[in-house]
Amino acid sequence: MGTLSVNLLHFCSVDGGYTRSLRNQFPKKRNLLLPIPVLNKQKRLQFAHSSFICSAALAVMPDEIKKVFDIESAASLMKELRGSFNSGKTKSYEWRITQLKGIEKMIDEREKEILEALRKDLSKPEAEAFMSEISMTKGACKSALKELSHWMKPKKAKTSITTYPSSAEIMSEPLGVVLIISPWNFPFCQLLSVDPVIGAIAAGNAVVLKPSEIAPAASNLLSKLFEEYLDNSSIRVVEGAVPETTALLEQKWDKIFYTGSSRVGRIIMAAAAKHLTPITLELGGKCPVVVDSNVNLQVAVRRIIAGKWACNDGQACVAPDYIITTKDFAPKLIDVMRHELEEFFGKNPMESEDMSRIVSVQHFKRLTNLLDEDNVSDKIIFGGQRDENRLKIAPTVLLDVPEDTEIMREEIFGPLLPILTVEKLEESFNVINSKPKPLAAYLFSENKQLHKDFVNNISAGGMLINDTILHLTVSSLPFGGVGESGMGSYHGKFSFDTFSHKKAVLCRGFGGESSARYPPYTPRKLKLLKTLNSGNILSILLALLGFSKD
Amino acid sequence: MGSGVNGMEGGGLDESLAELRQTFRSGKTRTASWRKSQLKALLRLIHENEDKIFEALKHDLGKHAVEAYRDELGVVEKSANNSLSCLDEWMAPKKSKLPLLFFPASAQVLPEPLGLVLILTSWNFPISMALDPVIGAISAGNSVVLKPSEQAPACSSLLAHTIPLYLDSKAIKVIEGGKEISQQLLEQKWDKIFFTGSSSVARIVMSAAAKHLTPVTLELGGKCPVIYDHLSSPSDTEVAVKRIVGGKWGPCNGQACIGVDYVLVEEKYASQAIEMLKKTIKKFYGENPEQLQNISRIVNEHHFQRLRNLIKDPLVADSIVHGGLIDEEKLFIEPTILLDPPLDADIMTEEIFGPLLPIITLKNIEESIEFINSRPKPLALYAFTKNEAFKRRILSETSSGSVTFNDIMVQFLCDTLPFGGVGESGFGSYHGKYSFDNFSHGKAVLQRYFFLELEPRFPPWNDFKMNFIRLAYKFDYLGLILLLLGLSRD
Repeated sequence: MGTLSVNLLHFCSVDGGYTRSLRNQFPKKRNLLLPIPVLNKQKRLQFAHSSFICSAALAVMPDEIKKVFDIESAASLMKELRGSFNSGKTKSYEWRITQLKGIEKMIDEREKEILEALRKDLSKPEAEAFMSEISMTKGACKSALKELSHWMKPKKAKTSITTYPSSAEIMSEPLGVVLIISPWNFPFCQLLSVDPVIGAIAAGNAVVLKPSEIAPAASNLLSKLFEEYLDNSSIRVVEGAVPETTALLEQKWDKIFYTGSSRVGRIIMAAAAKHLTPITLELGGKCPVVVDSNVNLQVAVRRIIAGKWACNDGQACVAPDYIITTKDFAPKLIDVMRHELEEFFGKNPMESEDMSRIVSVQHFKRLTNLLDEDNVSDKIIFGGQRDENRLKIAPTVLLDVPEDTEIMREEIFGPLLPILTVEKLEESFNVINSKPKPLAAYLFSENKQLHKDFVNNISAGGMLINDTILHLTVSSLPFGGVGESGMGSYHGKFSFDTFSHKKAVLCRGFGGESSARYPPYTPRKLKLLKTLNSGNILSILLALLGFSKD
Repeated sequence: MGSGVNGMEGGGLDESLAELRQTFRSGKTRTASWRKSQLKALLRLIHENEDKIFEALKHDLGKHAVEAYRDELGVVEKSANNSLSCLDEWMAPKKSKLPLLFFPASAQVLPEPLGLVLILTSWNFPISMALDPVIGAISAGNSVVLKPSEQAPACSSLLAHTIPLYLDSKAIKVIEGGKEISQQLLEQKWDKIFFTGSSSVARIVMSAAAKHLTPVTLELGGKCPVIYDHLSSPSDTEVAVKRIVGGKWGPCNGQACIGVDYVLVEEKYASQAIEMLKKTIKKFYGENPEQLQNISRIVNEHHFQRLRNLIKDPLVADSIVHGGLIDEEKLFIEPTILLDPPLDADIMTEEIFGPLLPIITLKNIEESIEFINSRPKPLALYAFTKNEAFKRRILSETSSGSVTFNDIMVQFLCDTLPFGGVGESGFGSYHGKYSFDNFSHGKAVLQRYFFLELEPRFPPWNDFKMNFIRLAYKFDYLGLILLLLGLSRD
């Protein structure tokens, strides 16, 4: 019990903003509740009554509290959030706006801490972190704030003669209590943690976010900041690993939004099936880059590097996974790549401050295993240096690795880039189509016909021609996979839709009653229904009058 | 009931699926001309086999031809025609707006077919529930396997025998069979599974789909309530009652996923409502309960027993105020009205899916919101009311697949409205453009050019680049120009 009170004090004293914001959001009553677990000397923390303290303590001493979060705590958390949702408060426009503003404020005020956490977890360079995480989240927040009233407005739908007189509309309603499980590669903001939360809030849901335990600093910080800036009766962070996730998955959610691997995606979907919970799965895949010989090679290569090594060191679901180009062109491509990499990261990339590192020892081992396989290690053109202590691997380019190796079967998710060569560029379509559908496919070419063929013959979550990864910053485009790369999409309005149910609303008047609908049935009624169905007004009139055009 | 793949003599399941996948890969199903030719062929199938279809529906469910046309053939015809006239528009890529920062670039969302899809259908509307999704799958350019329900054997067999005669059997196949075949089918890797049926089977379908990460659409049911507010005008009341009777016992005698499950009414108006319901039932279906006309029968022995058990409970049986006559031989159950059966009885906790109609009385009609919210989300919610404030409350405070004011089931006919459930009543929607979208992947396509490169995107990082990115993300173009000129606003 001693540790608890210490932690509580520790938390309060460290963070002056905590108590202040608490007072702002919850008048006296909540303050009174605050010390209850300490005073009562309860052995176990009750999530339902002392969420503040519980997650506050989580930020300080995850190991001890983690054990507490079992199925029972998950159930009581769910009960509490469902209570909030049922009260209807999350449905109001005002609540949604307040929370979105809270996120905006959180990012503005705590940018330094966020960048610091990202550096701890991934050695992410500040500019990169800003570009791929902070600014995107801010952008998403801003656009949601601006568009929300428009998104929430019911959309009119046309009605047909069959239901005349009537009016119809489609109303977006929140799904309920949603679970967002986010990955470690962009742990904080970008798409992967806070971005879906923005969609869920905009749509009016109560939310539980489970950040990845593999990026502990970001996970910790998220838990702390959410508590401080957002309405904790409806928005929560649960930290933890497999046991906590399992406890969460036992609950009946109204939506599960998962970003991560397809292996876990299957587990999530199977768990969701028990409760008929709809899911969005944002997975990855081997995203190919096809490079034609007619391109401005320097620009193309720089854009590939920007998407591969300058974006979390290849640890991104849309990162270029492998390149396909023609046999003749490959040497040129490799030369320019070597040169541009040096421009970006210096002669010794292992010492560069401008590149993220590998997230964990486990992933470091996975990547070096990919490199060390027979038939792979001798295909390295340049790179291959590694430093296990600092979890760094140099940008590594491989040429013509056999297709049956692990590196060509698994998603690489790291700084290794195999280049495959073909005689004619069109053959690349077969190579890509022989693998599971990727989340993104890239083509660099000036050939218009090739653009067309590429778009029509290759299936991928999204496509970008003459650049990499930029498409995911476009909020007017849906971002999501197909086949093995996932299902469902988000970003901008698509995020709002992902977390909404589109309720069909039809209003009928009492007039315009057609007896043909009702028994007793007669041949004349059959005829009338047929003409009604044809939508031909003249025939309908004739049929009603008892005539026929035939 | 034999099981097998039509259009394939002696071929196994694996071979059939391989052929379908091959057809899809060939790109044939993607062309607009193929899609249109198939939709037209489907229309021809309907027209040329109308009598056979009526006959099969009579055999399986005792459906009257007018009812069969209204709920089955008409629906298919309307859907196919609508798809034919809208297909080009649906297939066209949709342009997306881009911020100036991306200049020069263009963005669009291109619908592409998912691949090979499986459609598992139910027995209550064995023709429309089978062909309506098929129309969506074809419109979107997929190859299709249709597994009709074995509980409507005549319709299943009819579909299996006629579809290969009209549609491209290299891309569209009907596979007949029961549970075993369904299980075999579910083991395969599909690009989409579209299921219409019960929530218990839906769980099995989704679990199987999870193994292959296959997206699913689940069209389930639920207890669809009617909120029957007092209507001051007698003629409105008459229309309302007609619509309730037509919506309850009309479509397949209550065996419909969006059929009326129970009615909520204020205590003081209950007896009047019941009297009017009785009168209308007699008018529609005849005076003699033993020889009712124009009404479907219960699909099979199993469902007949299930319904019989619902009213076996003495407390439930006591609440019957009209009907209750059952004829096991003909699998017929008379339109039956119950007044306030116990709320914890099976009849009030399970989807009824048959001709039994509980009337639940409330002190105040506004209590119906709480009543509905304390149960799983239904596929449809109906409310007869002219009270606009109450309408708004219903819309914002309850959740259901759809809400229809002052009518029953007609929302199903609106191609401009998505048809689908939420929560326990399923997820994913179809009809019209929604069917097309359901069987499509909206592929985001962004096109960039090689000139105009933004250097600050690339490392090595420095303060100038950081500032540039900050401004760029705010779309602060003036700030960007100042920065590029080496000036600052501060």
